[in-house]
Amino acid sequence: MATLHTKTAARAMMAPAVIVLLIWMAVPLAMTLYFSTLNYTLYNPISQPFVGFDNYSYFLADPTFLAALVNTLVLVVGVLAITVIGGILVALLLDQDFYGVNIVRLLVIAPFFVMPTVAALVWKNMMMNPVYGVIGQFLTAIGLTPIDWMTEVPLLSIIIIVAWQWLPFATLILLTSLQSLSADQKEAAEMDGAGALSIFWYITLPHMSRAITVVILIQTIFLLSIFAEILVTTQGGPGSQSTNITYLVAQQATSYGDIGAASAGGIVAVVLANIVAIFLVRLIGKNLDA
Amino acid sequence: MGQIHLEKVRKTFGDVVIIPELDLKIEDGEFVVFVGPSGCGKSTLLRLIAGLEDVTSGEIMIDGAQATALPPAKRGLAMVFQSYALYPHMSVRKNIAFPLKMAGMDKAEIDRRVDYAAKTLNLDAYIDRRPAQLSGGQRQRVAIGRAIVREPAAFLFDEPLSNLDAALRVGMRLEISELHQRLKTTMIYVTHDQVEAMTMADKIVVLRAGKIEQVGTPLELYTNPQNTFVAGFIGSPRMNLLSGAEAEKYGAATIGIRPEHLRLSTTEGDWTGTVKVSEHLGSDTFLHVETPVHDEPITVRADGEFPIHAGDTVYLSPQQDKLHRFNAEGLSIR
Ligand SMILES: Nc1ncnc2c1ncn2[C@@H]1O[C@H](COP(=O)(O)OP(=O)(O)OP(=O)(O)O)[C@@H](O)[C@H]1O
Ligand SMILES: [Mg+2]
Repeated sequence: MATLHTKTAARAMMAPAVIVLLIWMAVPLAMTLYFSTLNYTLYNPISQPFVGFDNYSYFLADPTFLAALVNTLVLVVGVLAITVIGGILVALLLDQDFYGVNIVRLLVIAPFFVMPTVAALVWKNMMMNPVYGVIGQFLTAIGLTPIDWMTEVPLLSIIIIVAWQWLPFATLILLTSLQSLSADQKEAAEMDGAGALSIFWYITLPHMSRAITVVILIQTIFLLSIFAEILVTTQGGPGSQSTNITYLVAQQATSYGDIGAASAGGIVAVVLANIVAIFLVRLIGKNLDA
Repeated sequence: MGQIHLEKVRKTFGDVVIIPELDLKIEDGEFVVFVGPSGCGKSTLLRLIAGLEDVTSGEIMIDGAQATALPPAKRGLAMVFQSYALYPHMSVRKNIAFPLKMAGMDKAEIDRRVDYAAKTLNLDAYIDRRPAQLSGGQRQRVAIGRAIVREPAAFLFDEPLSNLDAALRVGMRLEISELHQRLKTTMIYVTHDQVEAMTMADKIVVLRAGKIEQVGTPLELYTNPQNTFVAGFIGSPRMNLLSGAEAEKYGAATIGIRPEHLRLSTTEGDWTGTVKVSEHLGSDTFLHVETPVHDEPITVRADGEFPIHAGDTVYLSPQQDKLHRFNAEGLSIR
């Protein structure tokens, strides 16, 4: 019963959680906004003169910013493309009935439980190293020149590593969706003269559209802020070839000690993330309506 | 065109025999109804004909041509599923057009046929809606529309009306019968509702555990059931089946008499009994009468206004010419 008394009690009970959340969200945001208007460096932390939008113009005018922006988008789109298309294919495979399907399902899901830093290091040293790495050894064995992944195609390397980590997530969500497709519909389509490809295109794929939307939305949130994988592999290099916005912001603070510029970069990243979110919801959000 | 012959068709799932060897001939233009208790293999038989299930052995011939190994789409049959199986993300128009699109028909012809089907089935008003925005009866009509645009050799229906309420079921039953009158295409219809079977069929196939018990017109099955199973299955309420001393008087192991073929009297008759329950349906009254000749109550049909109540004593006399006699194996004695 929602009497005045219970309402007050409910508010009192909720208050701690709401207050903690507010502090958690609002304080860092406010402080970042505040720092982004100061000339605040770790080399001279005593003096923090107010500089207005100088940090923003400095961060945005930096040619690395544009490169990082492009890299961020390439990274997100690349990983999304691989995980969604790969996820659909793997889900279709796992939906079949074959001997050992349970073990294969377990193996496919496993990468999701590996920590990003560990996964990236394993890929860097055991897979992609041109001398010791599995790929390098394989290429040498068939008489080709091995690629030095981290210096020749740094961004692609990171895309591959991150896609490997997120493929299980996409597969899992798409598989559950696939399994909820009624057999009747497929049989009806079969009777209507649709071949395997037509059934996939006209029946299966539209059925999965909602799950695909969920995968894209959730992954985008996480992919915009990839950091650990870059830190332990290419460190944004060579040059800024594999620097994304998150990494650039961190660099401002840790390498150049420029807290002001890093804060401005942080705010820019928040704005960018919102633009991407609005764009995505406009584009595919209607799939979520029942 | 739509002649379907099954020859020595057998179906097993693993070790379980669902359909032991079965022969069946369905002639062009017939309305054939498969009836039988739940789990007797009606749907399986229909799916074998459709090609959605492979036969374990035996042959299926459609219009005289071998169809046993043909994929469903090549058999020229259309199926209406119990769940309708409409494509939820497509409009009614696209649903109906789908088989034509798959056949690679040109746009103008597709539109013409879809419009015609929509008009015949009264779907014009909903043509741009999605299936989720339709009622059960409308969905059913879309499913039928999707089947008729293909102009198939035969229609297969798997309990198409079982998800509808009683009133709608009667309406749709008529519509399907009219559709058959108009198209004169072979229809195979699965149901376990025997009113549907009796009213719609040209030919009823009674199945039990995958075996055909009897094939015949509704009236044949009603007047001459070949065994006690068919006798008990066809007709509503069920035929009274009596065994023991009373049956021996007639030289049979079991005798059967339908509720409508018992004469009811309050003064005299062959069997004396006490009314346990009386069900007044308006037009008829069904009495359940406890008698010494049978351990279960005997069902009798009386007039709607027959003045009788529970506890009253009544006399029953079977009409001799309507009495069915069965031997110890349950087969009819003629
Ligand atoms: N894919 C399958 N694998 C194993 N057994 C099956 C399979 N499909 C059906 N059966 C079995 O075959 C028998 C006949 O099933 P079927 O669906 O044809 O019955 P039905 O007559 O249509 O019943 P209902 O009136 O309940 O729809 C059942 O005993 C069922 O358990
Ligand atoms: Mg069935």
